[in-house]
Amino acid sequence: MSTGAVGRAYPRLEGREKVTGTARYAVEYPVDGITYGWAVPSAVVRGRITRVDTTQALASPGVLAVVHHGNAPRLAPGPEPELWLLQEPAVHYRGQYVAVVVATSLEAAREGARLVRIDYDAGPHSTVLTDDHPGLYQPDHVNPSYPTDTAEGDFDAGYAAAPVRVDVTYRTPAYHNNPMEPHATTAQWRDGRLLVHDSNQGATSVRATLAELFEVPPESVRVVAQHVGGGFGSKGYAKAAVVLTALAARHVDRPVKLALTRQQIFGPIGYRTPTIQRVRLAADADGRLTAICHDAISQTSTIREFAEQTAVYTRSMYAAPHRRTTHRLVRLDVPTPFWMRAPGECPGAYALESAMDELALAVGIDPVELRIRNDTEVDPDQGRPFTSRNLVACLREGAQRFGWTDRDPTPRARRDGRWLIGTGMAGSSYPARARPSSARATARPDGSFLVQINATDIGTGARTAIWQVAADALGVPPERVEIHIGDTALPTAPLAGGSMGTASWSWAVIRAAQTLREKLQDLPGGVPADDVSADADTTDEVGGQPTLPRYAYGAQFAEVRVDADTGEVRLNRMLGVFAAGRVVNPTTARSQLIGGMTMGLSMALHEEGLLDERYGDWVNHDLATYHITGCADVESVEAYWLDEHDDELNPAGVKGIGEIGIVGAAAAIANAVHHATGVRVRDLPIRLDKLVGTSSLA
Amino acid sequence: MQGGGENATTTDERHSSRVTFEVNGSSREVTLDNRTTLLDALREHLDLTGAKKGCDHGQCGSCTVLLDGRRVKSCLVFAVTLEGRSVVSVEGLAGPDELSPLQAAFIAHDAFQCGYCTPGQLCSARGMLDEVARGWPSAVTDDLSAPAELTDAEIRERMAGNLCRCAAYPHIVAAVRETAAAS
Ligand code: FES
Ligand code: FES
Repeated sequence: MSTGAVGRAYPRLEGREKVTGTARYAVEYPVDGITYGWAVPSAVVRGRITRVDTTQALASPGVLAVVHHGNAPRLAPGPEPELWLLQEPAVHYRGQYVAVVVATSLEAAREGARLVRIDYDAGPHSTVLTDDHPGLYQPDHVNPSYPTDTAEGDFDAGYAAAPVRVDVTYRTPAYHNNPMEPHATTAQWRDGRLLVHDSNQGATSVRATLAELFEVPPESVRVVAQHVGGGFGSKGYAKAAVVLTALAARHVDRPVKLALTRQQIFGPIGYRTPTIQRVRLAADADGRLTAICHDAISQTSTIREFAEQTAVYTRSMYAAPHRRTTHRLVRLDVPTPFWMRAPGECPGAYALESAMDELALAVGIDPVELRIRNDTEVDPDQGRPFTSRNLVACLREGAQRFGWTDRDPTPRARRDGRWLIGTGMAGSSYPARARPSSARATARPDGSFLVQINATDIGTGARTAIWQVAADALGVPPERVEIHIGDTALPTAPLAGGSMGTASWSWAVIRAAQTLREKLQDLPGGVPADDVSADADTTDEVGGQPTLPRYAYGAQFAEVRVDADTGEVRLNRMLGVFAAGRVVNPTTARSQLIGGMTMGLSMALHEEGLLDERYGDWVNHDLATYHITGCADVESVEAYWLDEHDDELNPAGVKGIGEIGIVGAAAAIANAVHHATGVRVRDLPIRLDKLVGTSSLA
Repeated sequence: MQGGGENATTTDERHSSRVTFEVNGSSREVTLDNRTTLLDALREHLDLTGAKKGCDHGQCGSCTVLLDGRRVKSCLVFAVTLEGRSVVSVEGLAGPDELSPLQAAFIAHDAFQCGYCTPGQLCSARGMLDEVARGWPSAVTDDLSAPAELTDAEIRERMAGNLCRCAAYPHIVAAVRETAAAS
């Protein structure tokens, strides 16, 4: 019996705390005897620390300690070399944290950090990704565990034989996640036990990593993440802040809080790798794809391999008899790239969906129609039918809502005064997955229920969505359900990432609720004074699920105006229609989708990590010079979804919505810019200097 | 809870000052390191952690508060300069257990996700609406002599100093528009 909470638009449960300023984030908990940490980044790219002179720093009022490789508590060499911090004199990239100053005030810690003198022996470095870099190699697999290369049919022959061909190379720069709350931690050791309040996307894995690094049992570590100021992938696992803070707290034997500065999170906590992507498409005269090849190049660091799965999107999106995808990687003297909202799919879809636009023009077919013609019910990669694929329905509804019909495909055909107007579109997809989770449901004698799960709400609305799912599963009005998340003291659960959170968490919550209801049926006398609880663990059930191609789909539409004189690009409006399974909460879902689409706008027009090879670092590492889309940049962004039911997903029937909003968004905008101007900019972002001076834009 | 006095004793006496200013309606006397910003004074000395630190450089707006009724980025203001001045942070936008119309509209329109930029958005919007009421033009105001009219373009322009990485912008504009229309 469902009370119908799922599908209803509830405001966020923590809304009141967030608008009154009482929601506490990682470094906002009052702690007696707190001290302040300040990270010191390396000033060289590659080399060795030869001397750390702490004299001046320690003489500065309030400074308690300078923790560095010479005196830091030892860490076990764990699986994540990026976190083996302050353990060795070697420096692997500029900005790598090499010391932490601890002081009795923030000001003293910051001043102390300025006074630490570090000498280095610096070696030559290589920090720029090129398509002919001598270090290019083929990784064993790409993130997280996809095959590096795939091939079906005979691409070369199929491509050569086709009447219409497109061979284009796209480039994307480094993008920096930049959650508004920088990575931050409060750490307290007491009797060998560690308590951290940390800004992360999954406290369960952070606890495991800390236990491993500090060689303590996981039960001795508690990680709390009640409110998290965004992550977008960059807080997916334990990152430097939590390790540095725990190290510092152990060293000074006092509680320490440390927030990385905005400048310090451009790189060492991860970023989206730059990519170079060659896409070749071949089609018959009707626009049916006969050959597809996507060759992607990206970078990783010298200390850890992270291989962005850039071309994976192309494996399952459109059908063709001859297909090939490859990934090549270069180890550079840079921080390790990591997840940023839809890693792989986001940059990959930019390239493929742009190339599809170029193909549409080459064949003379409407870009929406081209995608409909190349739709497939069977996953070209796995060879099995998709559990549900509503790409075409998204395309049709999007075209209708946006007003796409009767579009004149001629570039540079619409003008309004000095503005050139253009429209563009793109397809979108993202895998629908789930991970094992556990949860606990408790009935209380007063008729209320408590649901506990170590899920994380990084702004997605997870707390509210799980609460709604729990109410329906318990068969009670949601007002009778209390939900606790964001603490490793609760049943373990996977992170908020990969658009898997709601699917994974709700699965365990539903199972716990079902078991609890069965228990209650056996208690005719009602709930005893000491409550009744039921635990669930979905490890077997999730692991036993058949491997099927499960994807969410979408269609993105954009209208831009481009100043014919200055090349300034403005987004007039953007509209997306998505098929993402059941939508638990329309309010928070819409916000997620709009947020993803807007980050795609940011990717297309605004963001760009500018690396200076001499210093081997991004020079625009702040929010004044690395522009993320602001309020004045967003005139109209609308998200809609189809009513979609897919029984082969998970008990809640959800596909995940955190990432699909960004997939294809940049391509839709880039395609619109081409339509407006006739200029095809193939390296993002589309800055005005790439438009002015071209023959089209006089 | 850490008090200002406790922290201040650890800094050099010559580099700290006693300062009295009003915060959310009550007078607060604190001894602060001269380098302490208003943002850090609120967060680290007065346990008012509503104002957020997103950049510490005046680039993101997360730390926006009202100083004598005008919106300022509190990370750019030294607290020792505030003798006798009046600060309102997000905690002071409404009475205890109350929500201001703007706060209620932010919830109703889902004008935030992670919530980290939200206190700054709210204070900024509060200050901005007063600027409009006073007739101050913005960069997109066409007629500088006419009373400022709060179009969506005006709201977007006037709120452009408050970044939101979750990109709740359309909902922020809707919440501000509704609040302005109702008042
Ligand atoms: S923290 Fe003050 S503007 Fe960013
Ligand atoms: S709500 Fe997350 S940054 Fe604005």
